[in-house]
Amino acid sequence: MPVPSSLRQLGSALWELGKGHRPGMRVPVRVYATKSLLETMDAQVFQQAANVATLPGIVRASFCMPDAHWGYGFPIGGVAAMDTKRGVISPGGIGFDINCGMRLVRTGLPWEEVKPHLRALVDALAERVPAGAGRRGFVSLERDEFCEMLREGARWCVRRGMGTPDDLSFTEDGGCLSGADPDCVSERAIQRGHAQLGTLGSGNHYLEIQVIPPDGIYERECAARFGLEHPGQVAVMFHCGSRGFGHQVASDYLHSFLKAMPKKFGLSVPDRELACAPFGSDEGQRYFAAMKCAANMSFANRQVILHRIREVFCDAFGRDPDELGLSTVYDVSHNIAKLESHEVGGRRRRLLVHRKGSTRALPPGHPELPDAYRDCGQPVIVGGSMETHGSGRAMSRTQARKRIRGEAVRQRMAERGIYVSGASLRGLAEEAGFAYKDVGEVAQATEAAGISKRVVRLVPVGNVKG
Amino acid sequence: MEARSRTRSYEFLEAVTSDLSFVARGPTLEEAFAAAAEALLAATVADPASVRASSELRLRFEEDDLELLLLRFLAELVYRRDAEGLLLRVGRLELVTGKPSRLEALLVGESIDPPRHRLETEIKAVTAHGLRVVPRAEGWEVSVTLDV
Repeated sequence: MPVPSSLRQLGSALWELGKGHRPGMRVPVRVYATKSLLETMDAQVFQQAANVATLPGIVRASFCMPDAHWGYGFPIGGVAAMDTKRGVISPGGIGFDINCGMRLVRTGLPWEEVKPHLRALVDALAERVPAGAGRRGFVSLERDEFCEMLREGARWCVRRGMGTPDDLSFTEDGGCLSGADPDCVSERAIQRGHAQLGTLGSGNHYLEIQVIPPDGIYERECAARFGLEHPGQVAVMFHCGSRGFGHQVASDYLHSFLKAMPKKFGLSVPDRELACAPFGSDEGQRYFAAMKCAANMSFANRQVILHRIREVFCDAFGRDPDELGLSTVYDVSHNIAKLESHEVGGRRRRLLVHRKGSTRALPPGHPELPDAYRDCGQPVIVGGSMETHGSGRAMSRTQARKRIRGEAVRQRMAERGIYVSGASLRGLAEEAGFAYKDVGEVAQATEAAGISKRVVRLVPVGNVKG
Repeated sequence: MEARSRTRSYEFLEAVTSDLSFVARGPTLEEAFAAAAEALLAATVADPASVRASSELRLRFEEDDLELLLLRFLAELVYRRDAEGLLLRVGRLELVTGKPSRLEALLVGESIDPPRHRLETEIKAVTAHGLRVVPRAEGWEVSVTLDV
């Protein structure tokens, strides 16, 4: 793979591409990766990160995380912080699936107890959490209710008995971004999303029943704080976002920014998917308020899904959620822009941080952490298992489909003891494990780079594939 | 995947790792746009030939350039599928290039009927990444990347 020759090594897992790499770069590119992960990165990742480095108001660097891969516009696994006065906001730096994220839920159940129920549980989850293209949810909201949910996020669900205050404490931003304004959202976005609450979606979205393997605990104390204490303990992990609502919000503003850039803002970008508006402009502020609505829809979506998971487990075991120990470990976004305070060059600055396919990682002691995690830091949930949706694509969907058929993936998973309920065999082939980077190595690289530590590894036993 | 009819063709590409990219071609600009709509339908449903022309929809757009016009046209098809459950292809399409460029289309298709239509990829959006509308010796070619 052609790693740019001008890439300099700054640390064991940190690399820099200087501002001279291409004209117009305002800051360098910084890549967190081991040498072997770096070699799996496509040349386009560096080009795309360098394009991001040309955006007005970008601060310090255009960053790539260890699982960075070629996306549309921004690389996936990219982070870009913008100055709030001189900088821009870009829908392409967040992704169409606004607040796509991961939630990890622990149970108090040992694998031996779950094993006899596994197939029934996975089938019931597939039934209660609609997955796949075009599926609608069990909750269809009237317009006013939907807008209320857009303002309140996961809090709205908890108010309606679909969750607990603890679920909110262990969700990024308490499951609600303040300042979400439904007036900044199109009627089309509402039409597209109002019946999709509680659905998984398709593509790389999934819901898994997982188990801590015998050698799966790396940091005993930290793991205990997360309530993940014993090998054999069962957990549920799922990955999904803001569904058609978020996709439409992003599409609407991409279109309006593309029109306004040359005419109103005199801005041009190296790739139209980097379309942006000054953060302080009316357009920029409206998109930020609409993006928050989509982020809240996504927090609510994952909360409704957790509610369904609780219903399914309670039915299967005839016990209530508390007895089953079904609690949120953490819910974290990886497609979002947020105002955050960071130290740059020795002073605190308020920055607009874009994360696309990237997760924040709050260190121990950070004031935004829930009390229980104050001295261990925020769980970073690196999704991607042996066979479904790994961490960072290494092969195109079309290539993956050519190499294996969906039925063969299902068979291979069955041989490894993973029961899968897939909505689409084509999707299953596209998400086959070999199409992704090795998740273990991605986790190792984040440790080598000093971003996070490996705490617990979970392996899948049951999978609902979007 | 490659598909050809008498006048339109499209081809899905290998290169982009996360998304779904295609090029669509036609002897005229109108046919290239129609081929792009056909590619979108082929990504959406396993057997695009199963989509009957039982309902119609008329569209009319104006944009500053052809790429924006294509983006808006395809984004409309994505919206209609997700919000209204409609599978659509081009029945008739007229384009007037200039500043602005105009598109008028008659789309034909039907509502998703699960026993007959096996849905494939859920297309989230049409991206502006690498979006191109270019004249070629043998007609027109458009390049599109979908977020799936």
